[in-house]
Amino acid sequence: MSLLVAFMVLFFLLRLLPGDPSASLLSVGASPEQIAAARAQVGSDLPLGEQFVKFLTDIFRLDLGTSFVSGVPVADEVGERLSVTLPLTLMAFALAILISVPLGILSAVKSERWYAQVLSVVSQLGIAVPAFWLGILLVLVFSINLRWLPSGGFPTRGWEEPLDAVTKLILPVVTVALIMSAALMRYVRAATFDVLGSDYLRTARAMGDSFAGALRRHGLRNGAIPVISILGIELGSAFLGAVVIERVFTLPGLGSMLLLAIEQRDYPNIQGVLLLSTLLVLVVGFIADILQRLVDPRLRSERARI
Amino acid sequence: MTIFHHHAPRVAALLASGSMLASVATGALAQDYDADAIINIGSLYEAQNLDNIAGVQGVHQALYANSYESLFLLNDAGQVENLLATGYEASEDGLTYAFTLRDGVSFHSGDPLTAADVKFSIERVASEVSKSARKKSLSNIVNIETPDDLTVVITLSSPSISLPYNLSYIFVQNDTHEDFANSVDGTGPYELESFRRGASVALTRNDDYWGEAPTNGGITFNYFTDATALSNALLTGAVDVVTGVESPDALAQFKNNPDFIVTEGASTTKEVFAFNDRIEPFSNVTVRKAVSRAINKKRLLNSVWGDYGTLIGSFVPPTDPWFTDLTGVDAYDPESAKAMLEEAGYADGFTMTIDTPNVDPHPLVAQALQADLSEVGITVDINLITANEWYTKIYQSHDFDATLMAHVNHRDIGFYGIPDFYWGYNNPEVVELIASAETAASEDEQVAKLAEANKIMAEDAASVWLYLNPKIIVSSADVTGYPVNGLNSQFFGYDIRKAD
Repeated sequence: MSLLVAFMVLFFLLRLLPGDPSASLLSVGASPEQIAAARAQVGSDLPLGEQFVKFLTDIFRLDLGTSFVSGVPVADEVGERLSVTLPLTLMAFALAILISVPLGILSAVKSERWYAQVLSVVSQLGIAVPAFWLGILLVLVFSINLRWLPSGGFPTRGWEEPLDAVTKLILPVVTVALIMSAALMRYVRAATFDVLGSDYLRTARAMGDSFAGALRRHGLRNGAIPVISILGIELGSAFLGAVVIERVFTLPGLGSMLLLAIEQRDYPNIQGVLLLSTLLVLVVGFIADILQRLVDPRLRSERARI
Repeated sequence: MTIFHHHAPRVAALLASGSMLASVATGALAQDYDADAIINIGSLYEAQNLDNIAGVQGVHQALYANSYESLFLLNDAGQVENLLATGYEASEDGLTYAFTLRDGVSFHSGDPLTAADVKFSIERVASEVSKSARKKSLSNIVNIETPDDLTVVITLSSPSISLPYNLSYIFVQNDTHEDFANSVDGTGPYELESFRRGASVALTRNDDYWGEAPTNGGITFNYFTDATALSNALLTGAVDVVTGVESPDALAQFKNNPDFIVTEGASTTKEVFAFNDRIEPFSNVTVRKAVSRAINKKRLLNSVWGDYGTLIGSFVPPTDPWFTDLTGVDAYDPESAKAMLEEAGYADGFTMTIDTPNVDPHPLVAQALQADLSEVGITVDINLITANEWYTKIYQSHDFDATLMAHVNHRDIGFYGIPDFYWGYNNPEVVELIASAETAASEDEQVAKLAEANKIMAEDAASVWLYLNPKIIVSSADVTGYPVNGLNSQFFGYDIRKAD
């Protein structure tokens, strides 16, 4: 039901944009007959209601349609683009966890030390910095000045050239990961503080556990519960945030596909990308939910009681 | 080697840059190049589809003369030369053309080129499903016959002196080929190696090419959406040459750097301030002339492009055969502009809206126009719109006062001969001159008529032709042999040499 509402909003909001998709197919000099033919081809000459019904029936049949501009099935292009965006997002996500979890715990446990304060300031800054700015900065330093890494692009043959593909993804992955870590670190830090002030930790210490041992045995699991739901949200937003990063690094992913499609009013392509993003965000939320239940026995038993 | 053409004589310099630069530059380095180098080309015009009738941009740039060939080639100096045709004969009445094809040419698939392929290709562009911008130029073809494998006979409904020129746009494709959107079967020096949407088109040397072999192993067009990313790619050596710099700001880092070559070629891109000539007050010639005189075009060009670019005073660039310098007509003269406005009954000026595409440099140009026109009492409101809206609002609905547009093509004066065109300029004399130029018996007659039409248009201030964009190419210092004019956005890769 929520999906249907999302589709409706999506469909009609897009059509509120001024302009006509047929315009992207024609150039200055096109004759009225050519314009009419292009409109008929993309279906923009039909009444809006009729277009919506067609859109829904196609979706129902799992048919994402064909791009108005390139004439290629949307599903094919989305698949091709996903092979860039998905690895980018997942690698960035993994790296962000590797950075933020230990640093977040460290900055909570050692909150009095100077380096914990520095970390806190840096993460504050990281939240404020726009992704494209950080991306441009990294390119300036690591590509243009040091010449260590490429400034962008993706191999023409994609993952058939794995080494080249990975090298070209390093800077974008690092950019997304750093931005993501900044926010995550603060959540991990807050969750750790909660754990540190908790009764069960005090009890465990009173019963003779060392501080580190108590934290490992009781703290991590409890601290993980709120962090997992944040991780789910961050993963979803990293996926959507790829729009900006892909532009900075000229990556042929879903983000650049979406931007171009919006510019050209290529509705099937826009709808295809947004539909997939919506689904992914839902799936990630679902997985986060399951993980939380696995980690926290209380959530499981609550469910069992219902 | 850095070549700037800042000074007169402008035309000679522009033309020379097209034909001579390449030979001078490549002559010196003739022996020292890597015959198997892959040349990386950076471009802002992504080919989303490889089909020339799909109506998308970028295809011509990547594939014209590189992978697909035409009967004739529009070379970098603007002349039409034989390519797949070895010549033609036109009938006395100019209604029948017999083209002879080059013998021994085959497609990348190995299939030999025949007259049937040429007929198929022309009919494909002219067909109902075609969204090609070139479709209209073929509308007077009534019949195509293929008496033998190497002869194509085209019959016209009216004479067309531009037929060979128009055919220079039509890719000759294999009539048995199917997936035109994703694959290529041409006769050119390169065959398609791979194509990745949103990223690149990679072409590799065709070892069975009928003509001279390319001076490199292959070319890859790398697509960018962001001018900064394109500059970075050039700075880091990821691309060897960019097909055109659209933003003057990006030039500074290359201009005085010995690792790069900046070349200014002859552009055909006219920045046009077009009125809706159908409506008041722009239906009045005196008002249009006054507006034109109120604009300091030299200062405008300078503020947008610095030392680059040219003033033309008309719609015809110097590479069109019918070019005349008309910068003197309605040159900057705010005093006479005011007098003319008063004479036309607008002593207190008027208010107008300029619909401006939101891409550079149009918004900047609109602001400069706003400032200049306020000096003579005209109040300008600026309305930013997207390219897509421009097409529906201005081009299709004619719902505007005035607008800005960059008209890119070579030989497109014909737009002023269409009274229903978006700007609505309608002078029967010009319509007649442009129409009869096409049926002219000789090229001299065609040139004379179009030059005359252009002069009348300028006198009528049909639009204000602000300036001709510069065509700026930046390359790494170790590559040479690329086309510097790139007329109609084409970009030949086969003469590019990369130093060893």
